[in-house]
Amino acid sequence: MAKSIKNAPGATPGPTPAAPAAAKPSDGAFFTRLEAFAASDWRMSLLVVALGFLAGTLIVLAVGRNPANMFAALLQAMTGWDLTRGVFNVRYVGEWLAISTPLILTGLSMGFAARAGLFNIGAEGQYVVGLTVAQFAALFLPQIPVLHAVLCVLFAALGGAAWGGLVGWLKARFNASEVVATIMLNYIAFFLSRWATMRIPGANTFRTPNLPQSAQLDAGYLQRLTNGSNLNYGFFIAVACVVAYWWIMERTRLGFALRATGMNKDAAQASGINAKRSAVTSMAIAGAFAGLAGAVVALGSFNYGRVLAGQDNYGFTGIAVALVGNSTGLGVGLSGLLFGLLASGQPLMQSRGIPKEITLIISGLVVVFVSLRAGLRVILAWKRREQLVARVAAAPGGSGSPEDAAASDAGEE
Amino acid sequence: MRDFILILPSVLMMAAPILIAAMGGLVSERSGVSNIALEGLMGIGAFTAATAHYFMEAGAGPASVWLALAFGLLAGMAVSLIHAFASVSLGADQVISGTGINLLAIGVPVFLSQIIFRMERTQPFRIGMMPGPGGVYPTAYVALVVVLLTWYVLYKRPLGLRLRACGEHPQAAAGAGIDVRAMRYGAVLASGALAGLAGACLVLTQTIQYTQNTINGAGFIALAAVSFGRWLPKGVTGASLLFGGAVALAIYMVNVEALRRLPPEFFSVLPYLITLVTLVAFSGKDWAPQAIGKAFDKGRS
Repeated sequence: MAKSIKNAPGATPGPTPAAPAAAKPSDGAFFTRLEAFAASDWRMSLLVVALGFLAGTLIVLAVGRNPANMFAALLQAMTGWDLTRGVFNVRYVGEWLAISTPLILTGLSMGFAARAGLFNIGAEGQYVVGLTVAQFAALFLPQIPVLHAVLCVLFAALGGAAWGGLVGWLKARFNASEVVATIMLNYIAFFLSRWATMRIPGANTFRTPNLPQSAQLDAGYLQRLTNGSNLNYGFFIAVACVVAYWWIMERTRLGFALRATGMNKDAAQASGINAKRSAVTSMAIAGAFAGLAGAVVALGSFNYGRVLAGQDNYGFTGIAVALVGNSTGLGVGLSGLLFGLLASGQPLMQSRGIPKEITLIISGLVVVFVSLRAGLRVILAWKRREQLVARVAAAPGGSGSPEDAAASDAGEE
Repeated sequence: MRDFILILPSVLMMAAPILIAAMGGLVSERSGVSNIALEGLMGIGAFTAATAHYFMEAGAGPASVWLALAFGLLAGMAVSLIHAFASVSLGADQVISGTGINLLAIGVPVFLSQIIFRMERTQPFRIGMMPGPGGVYPTAYVALVVVLLTWYVLYKRPLGLRLRACGEHPQAAAGAGIDVRAMRYGAVLASGALAGLAGACLVLTQTIQYTQNTINGAGFIALAAVSFGRWLPKGVTGASLLFGGAVALAIYMVNVEALRRLPPEFFSVLPYLITLVTLVAFSGKDWAPQAIGKAFDKGRS
């Protein structure tokens, strides 16, 4: 989705026509610069995030709280430095990275499907399946050091892949809307997880017995390094996934086929790419990323299996992560860190008198602004066409009427 | 049969909000704008109605619930303006702006609750809407009026014909002198109003306060009801009643000896499972409005 925006009319960073001498030159130069700015995905993302924070600040002001407290909380979450008390604690940095981990993974999930032209609202469900499978594997597989944890993570990825691949298959086989299907599967996964987990011997309505140590992703040296934070091996999984994502998307035949399908399904099909298989593959890989997020949370952040009481919302935040990260590997990684910062700042904000939901509002606003940025490009494209028409009309003895120029310009789209 | 009559009021109570929201979705989608934000708009409407009712309950008496419904409707309409602006004025991706509203609707009500009530939910009101004769809540009649009105406007008025034209072939509609943008703006605002009303109906009949789990997918179910109902008022009504029935069954089943043996999750999952199965069973054929989800560009043919 975010990728197709890149190819939207007017987004092509091709040579911009020089402003005609007759027209106001300053206006033209400003327009050209604006257009170049809008063509850059990462600049637009920064703008969108800045706007989100600006709006969040205004909202905090509007309800009579001090936005400085919000930023102090974010600073503390990022650097561990408490401005008000002048204390430094590296644990907050560790917590920030730990919370970012599942967000990066669900962002990759959303982004991977988006590059193939699918809107994966189902990362939440795939995450729940991964989490549940990881908990089961942790409790029931033989407790061999290292191997146990590796198997738990692998099975979680497979579970997520199956849950995501199912959506891809429904889309390919029955042309069922992936948007509605994933939403329904989110709820189904949630209730299935509750039902299955409560049937584990020794489980009550909110937790299972403790998970064996051999299944957990805790890394003692990471905890010591970050003063006892939750940071664990999951963070390395996320980093590896960012690299793998980049490599699959940009360097393999599969990634090329998926991107081609996402840009133009019919053209891809005509050039020998199996678009139906692309739908299943991309949703399965997307599901695997979300499943990994589930494993990281289940095995990294908790030492017992949870009977879920509500949505963890990692999947939904992942949508925002992918949109801001423009569905590129590095972009999602960085934007996952940003949203992780918002999430890890929540309790710090609450303790400073800022309702912690402001971070959810900022996330929502960022997504709304992302949708507006596509609109900015449409307007710029329209403006450029108008400019071209004016230029042709102004040119003495120009070959062709303004309408021709407009038509040929439109034809390029 | 006796069981069926006993359960009927709760089916209507569950189905009414879904039905009202689904009619909103229908109007928006028939004009060519998909509205995945129904869920979030319902949440906004529910929060507004619950808050308004809490404060007016003592002063306004029985009129309070109706005023609360009106406030919910207005709030849903106001927030849907974002969706209209993004998808109609700017031609942005309709799923993205809808998702943005859904995310906002997770945060905004709880944020405001913290400001107004100093907790993460609204203060419970004393009495919600009172059921009428036969235990049927007035929201069922509200839903009936909404359905009839939607059908009448969409199919018996020139306005409805124009609106549907915008969803099928906006260029042709524009050629015939219809202002496609204005039509779509109106349709999205109407769907926002109906979704807000639906959320208000839900919170005033089914619970005593707004929490983060009040809507719990009802808006998404309404969205599915629109496609399951093949974008026709009759079909959407049937689908909404079916889904409402499934939700009611999930609650009612504890009273039936034979069903009590099954785990409660089985019944909780039913509405979503039915929705998914029907979605698969009825997809593939092109019942959807032709131009749905596409931004209107006058220059294209």
